[in-house]
Amino acid sequence: MIWALLGPELLLAIFALAVILLDLAVKQKGVLAVFSIVGLLGSIGASLALWGTNGIALNNMLVIDKYALFFDVLFAAAAILVILASTDYVEKLKGFQGEYYALILLATTGMMFMASTRELVSIYISLELTSISLYILAGFLKDAKSTEAGLKYLLLGSVSSAVLVYGMALVFGTTGGTHLGVIWNAVKGLNGIADNPTLIMGIVFLVAGFGFKIATVPFQMWVPDVYEGAPTPVTAYLSVASKAAGFAVILRVFFEAFGRAPWLSQSWGMLFAILAAITMTVGNVVAINQTNIKRLLAYSSIAHAGYIMMGLAAVGLMESQLALARSGILFYLAGYGLTNLGAFIAIIAISNNTGSDLIDDYKGMVRRAPVLSLGLAFTLISLTGLPPTAGFVAKIYLFNAALQSGLLWLVIVGVLNSVISAYYYLRVVKTMYLGEPASTERLSSSGPLRVALTASCFGVLFLGVLPNTVIQVTEAIKFLVS
Amino acid sequence: MGLAISFWLLAAAAVGSALAVVLLRNVFRAALLLISCFFAIAGLFVTLGADFLAMVQVLVYVGAIAVLLLLAIMLTREAATGSPFSRWRIGGAIASVALLAAMIAVFRATPWKVADQSVVLKPTTAELGARLLTPESGFVLPFEIASVLLLAAVLGAIVLVKEK
Repeated sequence: MIWALLGPELLLAIFALAVILLDLAVKQKGVLAVFSIVGLLGSIGASLALWGTNGIALNNMLVIDKYALFFDVLFAAAAILVILASTDYVEKLKGFQGEYYALILLATTGMMFMASTRELVSIYISLELTSISLYILAGFLKDAKSTEAGLKYLLLGSVSSAVLVYGMALVFGTTGGTHLGVIWNAVKGLNGIADNPTLIMGIVFLVAGFGFKIATVPFQMWVPDVYEGAPTPVTAYLSVASKAAGFAVILRVFFEAFGRAPWLSQSWGMLFAILAAITMTVGNVVAINQTNIKRLLAYSSIAHAGYIMMGLAAVGLMESQLALARSGILFYLAGYGLTNLGAFIAIIAISNNTGSDLIDDYKGMVRRAPVLSLGLAFTLISLTGLPPTAGFVAKIYLFNAALQSGLLWLVIVGVLNSVISAYYYLRVVKTMYLGEPASTERLSSSGPLRVALTASCFGVLFLGVLPNTVIQVTEAIKFLVS
Repeated sequence: MGLAISFWLLAAAAVGSALAVVLLRNVFRAALLLISCFFAIAGLFVTLGADFLAMVQVLVYVGAIAVLLLLAIMLTREAATGSPFSRWRIGGAIASVALLAAMIAVFRATPWKVADQSVVLKPTTAELGARLLTPESGFVLPFEIASVLLLAAVLGAIVLVKEK
């Protein structure tokens, strides 16, 4: 039974090992990409086969519920798109293709464990597994910018991990357990902040540590440099999967351990509401002046973390809104994930040809690469939150959840921010469609990349036009609570 | 009583050498004081009855990490001249003192549970091993994830160091 429950994660770890071994044997490195995708598809299959089971194993630490499985599928799907989009990129990897794919698989394994454990030590270790794989991937190109990105990510990430672990230690010290259920049993007996101020300090450290992973202000300073310097497929993966994993952990930890005592949940709910407002405003305002498209999307990803935190605030402020807010967060993560991956895939193809990430070099791109430009424009419209895209439905749905929790002021801030964001997203679209191209040379892109771009754009359109099919799924997703 | 006195002496040594690590400008001396800080913390673990943890602290932190640190400093040019103070030092000092004050206030206001004084101290290694590796009652999951983590770290070392 344990083996079956561990299926999705175990399969990926085994495939990661196998990819390294296969790397020694095959000359044709494209086989490695195919092999990794097979592993990821197998992992998705294992997750879907487990769908509906509620399994608890390994001393109550591993918990396989629909919530965990949803994230398993999300991470694996994102990894598949990233690997497909990497095909144009691999010649820059200086012969380290095997390690590249293996590290992507290992990072995905770590994220899956993050979503399917409810014990602080396991959460920390799986978070480190994800982070360390991503530190290496960020510095994978070994040129000046990529090395700077990797080093910056490593240093700031280590500091944030230290803060996180300190917070966990304080929570452990005051509640006597690292398991979320044990922590909740201790929290249940408290009546207010004065009963245990150290616990509150531990929770604040947890917010800071997790806040780094999802890139909320004021822990966002690493984002633009790392996103700019890292290989673009890795940036795409960072901005989608790593962020989703952070939210997966935060929602589970904060609801299960601290979310069912109103005096406590309302304090962290308000904290997340304020952080959400600051995060989305800072992200959007700073994005306006960016000239590099990767930096622009970095700030945009900060802003989107702010929108998603509205869902966390909604859960904290009103426990009865858990189902709606959780469903909103899951739908938003899926929609935002597909959209952002699509945008980055188009950028990979364009910058592979032009060798530049500057928005000025996107002038008249529509005449040089009509399909890529259309894909990028479509995903940017989705990021703005205009119909008929996933971004539109996701925003309405999540803003509604925040409204139901009485966060009218935050929704107003969110809408104002969406208006600000329209300016810089649509400016890129305008540059591509109305600018004069510097040259008339057509852009080329590989088949797998086009497949990945088509798949993500189709997904964005599907979620935007027929959201009900997916919302029915996300609304049925619950997590086991001890 | 003797344990309590040694606890406070070691705690003072740990805090003192940690402060010196931050404040000294010579990187090499800072590294040496970091080692003394690690030793003092190992001593703290001994006074708290965590014998295995104390040994691991010495083996891993002093034996591996500190030696690696010293080697890295020796291989770096101009290490002896030290690092200039950053322009953030006043802000950093204020933030650290404020955080320290907040933590002291919070810790003093918390009603801590006091452990049973009559517990007999005994070696912890066997108990730790059982707690780590018993599937039904131990920490098998994080233990196994840690092994995957090491694989990722090894791959990273290869990628960063080797040229192909």
